[in-house]
Amino acid sequence: MTPSLAVIVPTRLVHLAPVDIVIVAFYFVLVLAIGFYLRSRANTGEDFFMAGREMTAWIAGLSFLSANLGSLELMGWAAAAYQYGILAAHWYWIGAIPAMLFLGIVMMPFYYISKTHSVPGYLKLRFGEASRTLSSVSFAFMTVLMSGINMYSMALVMKVVLGWDIHFSIWVSSITVAVYVALGGLRSAIFNEVLQFILIWAGAMLIPILGLIEAGGWSNLKVKIAQNASSEYTHLWSTLGTFSDNPMGIHWTGIVFGLGAIISFGYWTTDFLVVQRVLAAKDIRAAKMAPIIGAAFKMMVPFIVILPGLLGIALLPTKLMGETAAVATGGHSYNEVLPLMLARYCGPGLLGLGVTALIAGFMSGMAGNVSAFTTVWTYDIYRALINKDASDHHYVNMGRWCTVLGVLISVGTAYLVMSFASIMDYVQALFSFFIAPLFGTVILGMLWKRATPAGGFWGLLAGTLSSIAMWGWVKADHDALRYVALSAHARDMAENMYRALWSWIVCVLVTVIVSYLTKPKPDSELTGLVYGVTAIPHEAEVPLIHRPAFWAVVVAVVFVVLNILFW
Amino acid sequence: MHDSGISIWFFIGISLVVNGLLIFGAGVWEVFNPPANPVVLFNLHASVWWGAFLLLLGCLYTVRFRPKQS
Repeated sequence: MTPSLAVIVPTRLVHLAPVDIVIVAFYFVLVLAIGFYLRSRANTGEDFFMAGREMTAWIAGLSFLSANLGSLELMGWAAAAYQYGILAAHWYWIGAIPAMLFLGIVMMPFYYISKTHSVPGYLKLRFGEASRTLSSVSFAFMTVLMSGINMYSMALVMKVVLGWDIHFSIWVSSITVAVYVALGGLRSAIFNEVLQFILIWAGAMLIPILGLIEAGGWSNLKVKIAQNASSEYTHLWSTLGTFSDNPMGIHWTGIVFGLGAIISFGYWTTDFLVVQRVLAAKDIRAAKMAPIIGAAFKMMVPFIVILPGLLGIALLPTKLMGETAAVATGGHSYNEVLPLMLARYCGPGLLGLGVTALIAGFMSGMAGNVSAFTTVWTYDIYRALINKDASDHHYVNMGRWCTVLGVLISVGTAYLVMSFASIMDYVQALFSFFIAPLFGTVILGMLWKRATPAGGFWGLLAGTLSSIAMWGWVKADHDALRYVALSAHARDMAENMYRALWSWIVCVLVTVIVSYLTKPKPDSELTGLVYGVTAIPHEAEVPLIHRPAFWAVVVAVVFVVLNILFW
Repeated sequence: MHDSGISIWFFIGISLVVNGLLIFGAGVWEVFNPPANPVVLFNLHASVWWGAFLLLLGCLYTVRFRPKQS
């Protein structure tokens, strides 16, 4: 869900004053203090891995969103907005909101009522050990690798923005995350994610406010963008009629069916990195409300991410360029648009807060990866396959050590990427292989009681393998793009959309066919796991204003209005 | 989250108070000692009002969610 971000221009964009250093240092002190404070409240497995399942809807919802709101997300999508215009907002709106609402209203009851510790744990309950093993091993492996890649990318960003040494950034940030997650477990990760969420907004919100003042409002901004780039850059849908009419080289079917229906549903409803935060909610209503609260804030994120990219097109005196051209000419790349806008408006103090927001975003994403890895490793791999009968205390200790180990593997990956940069592209592609098929398996498992354990496993495996095969086919023969992405003009993002769509279809077809050929589980074994045989608490007695469905409708209406406004 | 320990909102309040105070102070100092190379829209003194806003918000959260005496 994050665009490629490889900043390699060896210049420093901003210089911190002493007050900025104090603000950054205070942030590190505070997150460590929270970790130490919460240490005494992480003694049982339920405390350490599930935060005691006592989070309010607001805390779970903000944490749910914050785990996704990493710095690479902020800087990468601001760069995408500069490069592609407002089309980048699709990844925040249709690429997130419907899926988040669907998670809250339709899927969350099954996750919550089943009392699973994880998404692979749900697959164990629904489809058996084979499906859990396949998804947990792939998830654990890919999560720490992604964490390492993010760590390396962020260290590069810190080098470019602040001139910090790469090794210093990697070790200081990773040790900080390892300490506060190992001490306080998921509760500490969630507390810090909420803090980081607030700091991200406090640090980034001034850029669009001051930018709009400088531009003279939205109408004048559109005029300036039309002069400097094209009027197409401020339209969400009207340029998506053909592949060649928009800078992304994508058709509306790819956005709606690939991104909106498959990739975003796969990520937001089955990626344990984000779902784990909602599983920590205190009751089923909080668990349903948390993704809806997350969706409401997700709709606003383009204000601090996409708008600065658009403002960069209109207001920056120099034209930004791709990485290769930037390196060759000594200019600034697209990826630097957010730090450049930060330096444009923020003096001492504000600059420190903005830099803290970037660091906070990075650390929240990394803590999310590490805490999810720890839970899946301990419960779905170690306890399931290696040591079934240990004490709860033993598993908590395993979780603490696993946190440190996960961070060390991430650091190792970061150094590996430093030596072999192409690994980054391969691992990001690898991660995408599992998302869409996993969504197919989970959604059939929840909504179709005829789906069998064999169907679930073979569907997941076939979907994943088909995704790998399509990726390899295009790598080996670029002409294959016309078949995989339906157009030879399709760019990387469009290819990802369609590959996800096909692999999901393969997963669903194989699951359905194998399920009809094999014996289903009896209803008694599906209670609490599948629609139709699960008693979901009704909300007839709950006042309208407290009903998740009511707020989901409110968010959906705003979502539709936004899409029409920026059509 | 309030009955069994310090609320996360209290920590957030503390963070906003400290950051707001530092940003407000830096902004006021710059009003009387303008930099040689000011940022764009320096005349709006964003540090002053944004710092004051964060400070006020932080005070509200710190007081509202302060740990209860047992």
